[in-house]
Amino acid sequence: MSAPETANAVEIQGLTRKFKDKLALDNVSLRISRGRVFGLAGENGAGKTTLIKHILGLLKAERGTVRVFGLDPVARPAEVLKQIGFLSENRDLPAWMRVDELLRYTGAFYPTWDTTLAEQLRERFCLDPSARVKTLSRGESAKAGLLLALAFRPDLLLLDEPSSGLDPIVRRDILEAIIRTVADEGRTVIFSTHLLDEVERVADEIAMMFHGKIVLSGPLDEVKENHYRMVLRFETPLAVEPKIPGALSIRGSGQEWTLICNGGRQQTIEAATRLGGRVVAEETPSLDEVFIARAASNVSAPKA
Amino acid sequence: MQLHVNTGDGVPIYLQIANQIKHLVGARRLVPGDEIPPIRVLAQQLVINPNTVARAYLELERAGVVIKRHGSGTYVSEQGSPLARKERLKILSQRIDSLLTEAGHLEINDEELFKLIRERSETLRR
Repeated sequence: MSAPETANAVEIQGLTRKFKDKLALDNVSLRISRGRVFGLAGENGAGKTTLIKHILGLLKAERGTVRVFGLDPVARPAEVLKQIGFLSENRDLPAWMRVDELLRYTGAFYPTWDTTLAEQLRERFCLDPSARVKTLSRGESAKAGLLLALAFRPDLLLLDEPSSGLDPIVRRDILEAIIRTVADEGRTVIFSTHLLDEVERVADEIAMMFHGKIVLSGPLDEVKENHYRMVLRFETPLAVEPKIPGALSIRGSGQEWTLICNGGRQQTIEAATRLGGRVVAEETPSLDEVFIARAASNVSAPKA
Repeated sequence: MQLHVNTGDGVPIYLQIANQIKHLVGARRLVPGDEIPPIRVLAQQLVINPNTVARAYLELERAGVVIKRHGSGTYVSEQGSPLARKERLKILSQRIDSLLTEAGHLEINDEELFKLIRERSETLRR
């Protein structure tokens, strides 16, 4: 019996996971709507891959729940996995197979495999059908892996660091292929990355992870609008960092200090004024800056 | 149509696109009747989320710069011209605001600033 049509592709509630002494996931809750591109950002070791393994049903939730299209991936693995096109960071492809064999082999597992689409993708990615996987370059391997994830038209495309270790040209090709999928078919895409400018270009919604916790999540537009970078100038140089409540991070020296803040603009300005500073510049920070600031302060934002 | 997108910019991507297209219309590099690429094509070219392009196009429609014809694409609107002027002035206003703010930081007053603008204008015209 299949689950009723759900609005959410993935729903995670209070997920916690410990490996020996380390808390890999700390009370993680996420909701990813169908048809959206969701960017999961975080540095290596933040918990992104562990989270992805739970979505795939490779790990069972110790505490909390995981639902993919309304189903528990551990209880109903076949039904869930046939809806997920997964590209792992490791690109584990059988080294000895030829590309055309790999396509035929993988295609056999998926009733929804589209041979025509697979062939179109193979051509677009310029993959030689007779080449053995072990001779493929890093970029070609990534593209082959992506091809396998796309060709059976899964409802959910799950990509773990798809750009990892790739040069800018290949990265662009891969992103373009992902965009094409989204544009043509309105599929749900989840990709994890530490390359935040990719997230800025491509994601509808994002979540940032730090030490197993979600420190930020919400629609990309809102996240950007809620953060700002302010430069303060003080009449007399300051020997130590000014204490400004609401600032996620402060750096600078002497008379000029740069803050990254989240909300509470008026209070920040008032606090700065009380300390003898005035605002000389105010801009929207890049996601990189937001991430670094949040990691530095290790403060969770109220949910957007 | 050459557009570019800058992620660290601070200006939301959809607005960058809308502004650039308004610019092109204002500069007559796009004229009334010209077709602008379908959303998914532009999204692929620029490697950005199609929703972002959609939002830009919506903004352009709202501003009367483009018009969507059912089933056949999006075109620069015929009423392009008078609005183009308004858009051109708006774009310059934004630049003027930035200039005035910076002059303030550099402690250059309005008098000096206008004088400087006149000087530069004469130099450039030569």
